Amino acid sequence: MLASPLRMHIPDGFLTPAISVVGWGIAVVMIIVALRRTRRQLDDRMVPMMGVLAAFLFAAQAINFPVAAGTSGHLIGAALAAIVMGPWAATLIMTAVLAVQGLLFQDGGLVVMGWNIVNMGVIAAFSGYLAYTLARRLSGESRVAVMAASFAAGWISVVVASLATAIELAASGTSPLVLAVAAMGSVHALIGVGEGVITAAAIGLLLTARPGLLQAGATAPGGRTAAGILVGLAAALLVAAFSPLASPSPDGLEAVSASQGFLGLGQAAPYQILPDYSVPFISHPALTTIAAVMVGTLVVFGGAVLIGRLATRRQAAGL
Amino acid sequence: MHFDLTDQYRPRPSFVHHLDPRVKVVLAFAFILTAGLMPIGAWSGFAALLILALAASMASRLGLAFALRRSYIALPFALVALPLVFTVPGEVVYQSPLTGWTITAQGLERFWSLILRSWIAIQAAILLIAATPFPDVLWALGALRVPRLLVATIGFMYRYFFVLADETARMLRARAARSAKVEGRRTPSPLWQGGVAGAMVGSLFLRALERSERVHAAMLARGYNGQMPSLARRAIRRMDRVVILAALLLLVGLLAWARPS
Amino acid sequence: MHHTIEVRGLSFAYPDGFQALRGVDLHVSPGEKVALVGPNGAGKSTLVLHLNGILRGQGEVQVCGLPVEDKNLGRIRASVGLVFQDPDDQLFSPSVREDVAFGPMYMGLTEDEVGRRVQLALASVGMPESAARVPHHLSGGEKKRIAIATVLAMEPEILVLDEPTAGLDPRGRRGLIRLLAELPQTMLVSTHDLRMVQELFLRTVVLDQGQVVADGPTAALMADAALLAAHGLEA
Repeated sequence: MLASPLRMHIPDGFLTPAISVVGWGIAVVMIIVALRRTRRQLDDRMVPMMGVLAAFLFAAQAINFPVAAGTSGHLIGAALAAIVMGPWAATLIMTAVLAVQGLLFQDGGLVVMGWNIVNMGVIAAFSGYLAYTLARRLSGESRVAVMAASFAAGWISVVVASLATAIELAASGTSPLVLAVAAMGSVHALIGVGEGVITAAAIGLLLTARPGLLQAGATAPGGRTAAGILVGLAAALLVAAFSPLASPSPDGLEAVSASQGFLGLGQAAPYQILPDYSVPFISHPALTTIAAVMVGTLVVFGGAVLIGRLATRRQAAGL
Repeated sequence: MHFDLTDQYRPRPSFVHHLDPRVKVVLAFAFILTAGLMPIGAWSGFAALLILALAASMASRLGLAFALRRSYIALPFALVALPLVFTVPGEVVYQSPLTGWTITAQGLERFWSLILRSWIAIQAAILLIAATPFPDVLWALGALRVPRLLVATIGFMYRYFFVLADETARMLRARAARSAKVEGRRTPSPLWQGGVAGAMVGSLFLRALERSERVHAAMLARGYNGQMPSLARRAIRRMDRVVILAALLLLVGLLAWARPS
Repeated sequence: MHHTIEVRGLSFAYPDGFQALRGVDLHVSPGEKVALVGPNGAGKSTLVLHLNGILRGQGEVQVCGLPVEDKNLGRIRASVGLVFQDPDDQLFSPSVREDVAFGPMYMGLTEDEVGRRVQLALASVGMPESAARVPHHLSGGEKKRIAIATVLAMEPEILVLDEPTAGLDPRGRRGLIRLLAELPQTMLVSTHDLRMVQELFLRTVVLDQGQVVADGPTAALMADAALLAAHGLEA
């Protein structure tokens, strides 16, 4: 349970108080909506179900499997929860998990918990859910399609959440944006494979044991708003990273000057960026890195859809 | 991985333990915020906060080093901030002959300020949970207007984590018992192992879901209808008011002193 | 005669199609202590869940003179105390006190009354000092007792217990049997523990494949070897 960079739980002190407050603001709104939507979905089953499933997720995070040379893959679980219960319920479940992890084990800070909830709760759950439903819609009914879509959901949820985390760290001046995105993105692209495999296998088992469960998840509230929320959050994060709200850290704001090289040194002057550059964003290396992650996401998504469609077609042809 | 959740709480006959949990929760957050607002390089400010934390630890009869010993957990995350040492512009302190990377005094200052902030903040979180039983922390959250349904959900999570962690541990033990290595045969691929792990996760999920249905039935049997019963009320005593006022003033004062502007 | 549990022609099928109960009749008088026995899958737990309306089937179910329908559920659940098989399912609060207080608090009683009932309930199960304890630190036997206390605190007329001695060591089992002997409520206990049945219950109902196959004095039923063998029971 170490808070190494391999986990996304941000400790206190790594985000500025201003940004932490913004995170709490977003988290509070999301939690309130999640409570309302989930209440409608589950009625009086909500509290015991969300609580026990949160306990399950926390316990399941201990289930690992050896990947290579001493490292192991394991689960965050937001995508799994979202596929079965819907993204709003998943947000609540993750909130409960993060609250106990933060309060009881200091795994993740208290003041920064807002952002941890947004990253590993809202963003992970919604991006995983969106990936799953889109992939399913495009690839059909076969078992392989469901599992491929689940893999994509798991992988994407982890990578997108890590991207958001990196942007928040950069906006707080804790880490240079390019480095944070590249490091977090690449590490979690690897970890995401573990998440994807476990999610796919878990969903595979549920498909056999209780297929009705997945049908319920498909009609859970949150589907239509998922895309809207993600776009909104993405916009907010990018604005935060490139705006005066960000701390005057060199790399969050300045374009790279050629003589300074990859790490991007330079004196920060937050308000200069707007008048000086007409289209600054295209040349900024951070954006290139972010774009790279997005491309990776599309590749994984596309791959899952392709595999799923092939399998569905084979199944339909009676093979 | 076996966690005993109540191990975090250390009962002591101390003044801090007797404080209203709401006061302690608010103070923990205020302390962490103060640490976050301390400007870069405010070493005396950090020292003052650290002394405060140590004093609180003493007042809780937990001993001087209690929180200190447990606070290293977050430090591996510091790697994320390490580049600051190289990227913040300023007075160069060291230049690596191989890569040309420079370490600046300002970079070091920023980095260490961040580390100190984080380390000091975590003392408060550790003390909070050591001096307050978790059910009381939950009650305090509810009393501080955190939605009751959310607090109840967290309560259930806390209650059932142990049960489910136990089931998980048993499954892992069973897996280990059947994971024999045979001479001359390859161990199965990560993909296969991932599949096994996933199947374990899936069946645990089902069991958890079914248990939640049984718990729900038990709640219904005792009259539950979806509304949470109202919280027990606790009077706030004069001592609590005095402590929170004094502590908040002290923190604000520290900030004012440490920030030159 | 006024029966406190009246079940007439109760049938119930689970959503997956399994017909768990086929026309069950059961009448229990106030103060009676009745054992419900039968092999696994006979429908004992299913039957028991109909008594407080958690499951609803075809036929008539009345408890304490009230038909089991939505408008009576609140009162029925205060009058019928259901103790489930796995105490972990029943102890869902962070502390023993909160668990025992849940029922009375839910009924809207004053804090003083709630406190009084908690004390009384814990004393009745022989664990008066346990209020501050944490559920997962209790032993199996202690958990079963506290589970009973959570229900006693509601001062029900009828106590229904599902497998109370399952999983207990001999000492725990002996303690529980003693406790059940002392409690004054009308009791319906579903169990495999036939030795306990012979000790505590004058009347036994045998359920098999969703139907009542025998209902009478315990001594007579236990002596009927053919009956026991036919329904997977061993004395």
